[in-house]
Amino acid sequence: MQPVISVSNLSKTYASGFQALKNIDLEIRRGEIFALLGPNGAGKTTLIGIICGIVNPTEGTVLADGYDIIADYRHARSQIGLVPQELTTDAFETVWATVSFSRGLFGKRRDPAHVERVLRDLSLWDKKDSKIMTLSGGMKRRVMIAKALSHEPRILFLDEPTAGVDVELRRDMWNVVRSLRDTGVTIILTTHYIEEAEEMADRIGVIHQGELILVEDKVELMRKLGKKRLTLQLQYPLAAIPENLRSYGMELAEDGQELVYTYDTQGERTGITTLLQDLSAAGIRFKDIQTNQSSLEEIFVSLVRERP
Amino acid sequence: MNFHAIRAIYLFEMARTWRTLLQSIVSPVISTSLYFVVFGAAIGSRIPEIDGVSYGAFIVPGLIMLSLLTQSISNASFGIYFPKFVGTIYEILSAPVSFLEITIAYVGAAATKSVILGTIILATAALFVDLTILHPFWMILFLVLTAVTFSLFGFIIGIWADGFEKLQLVPLLIVTPLTFLGGSFYSISMLPPFWQNVTLFNPVLYLVSGFRWSFYGAADVSVGVSLGMTLAFLALCLGVVAWIFHTGYRLKT
Repeated sequence: MQPVISVSNLSKTYASGFQALKNIDLEIRRGEIFALLGPNGAGKTTLIGIICGIVNPTEGTVLADGYDIIADYRHARSQIGLVPQELTTDAFETVWATVSFSRGLFGKRRDPAHVERVLRDLSLWDKKDSKIMTLSGGMKRRVMIAKALSHEPRILFLDEPTAGVDVELRRDMWNVVRSLRDTGVTIILTTHYIEEAEEMADRIGVIHQGELILVEDKVELMRKLGKKRLTLQLQYPLAAIPENLRSYGMELAEDGQELVYTYDTQGERTGITTLLQDLSAAGIRFKDIQTNQSSLEEIFVSLVRERP
Repeated sequence: MNFHAIRAIYLFEMARTWRTLLQSIVSPVISTSLYFVVFGAAIGSRIPEIDGVSYGAFIVPGLIMLSLLTQSISNASFGIYFPKFVGTIYEILSAPVSFLEITIAYVGAAATKSVILGTIILATAALFVDLTILHPFWMILFLVLTAVTFSLFGFIIGIWADGFEKLQLVPLLIVTPLTFLGGSFYSISMLPPFWQNVTLFNPVLYLVSGFRWSFYGAADVSVGVSLGMTLAFLALCLGVVAWIFHTGYRLKT
């Protein structure tokens, strides 16, 4: 199936000389939820900005639904809805007026029924005649989502949609995103909350210092990362792992003071019992035992840290 | 052509006008009326006629031009500066609209306001002085052309400005002096020859002169030259706007 967004060899260097993106190649599949993770300043917002037409690319091409975002910007952009990170709204406008405005701006005929549906879906209906400045931050965020959905886009970009949003509202937002996906909308979101990506995304991309360092299926990633580590702090340091314990694939760490055993939590047998028996038989004594699970967050941090 | 977008932006801008009615319509009308009271009635009665027109009536086209220029610039510059300032410009930049459509909508709305304003001032003036309009078609043409041209100019200023100070700078330091020195309140034939020649470099002279000609049939420069200069300035502004959108100057990084 043709990807809904296809980014090739995309680079961006700002006038200051700062290179925000380096040769990005990325394909987003139709109908998926794609989470773009990365530390602050990694290039997430620049990437979204280029695809949506707010930032000029220095090099490379982007196709949205098969249309070049520059040569065929009208077709490309009419497919896309954008919810930017900053809460920027027309403070003096009413919710109804600003959402209707967005629909017109994207070239769609007036359709009060659609606007009503969007506002109801986002629990904004009873606020439709309120001026935006009277709304809370969470409500303003919903208004921005409503604006982005006003023209029935097939691709939705959510740049940090739940930043500064309370837990309850965040859950609500996730539900909205899921139900959108159920209607066939492709969703690309950036987030700081790994939990959010873990909860929502079908695939995950990690961007760091302008480079896309990983794109992986979430389930696959979690399987790889859904491992536990058993760390044994030894009484006496070991020079090497004894021959009869090699089959466990353990690692020796901290100058031989620690043995690290990695095991699959999904597996029926973790092998811990026999390992401990074998260690004891080999006369290896330990003073402490620790286990920890590699979360997506940890993987993410280690991925980012491994790089200079 | 994305007519829905043009309509949306245009109506959005016009809605802003009605919301700020006091500032955008009432206040310029009041200040212009004061000019009529002071220059037209109080002082004007002691000033001899110019080109056979009473002073009070003579200054009407100049006063309308003064409001038209300043209000066109301020409306259009604010209209595009404000979304830049609060950040809502993201939506316009990410929408399937061309630069031409954005310009038509913003400049169209600003020019509409200016034309409404000019008409109100004209009606107000009729209460104070005897007005004759010899060439109504030309009068409307100059009114609309000037409103459009200076709304375009304001649009450019709004894009260029990166602070409220700059937004005020050009109208205050350039446009107002040029308007006052461009024969709004006098005929340049009243100046010494040297200053007459200097004034010929002031573009506002041509606007005021052409506009006044459409009222009274008398002008400092020929109406053809007035029209030509107005169109030249319009073309210049269009060129600058096209360049801005082509390069993304001050709009896109």
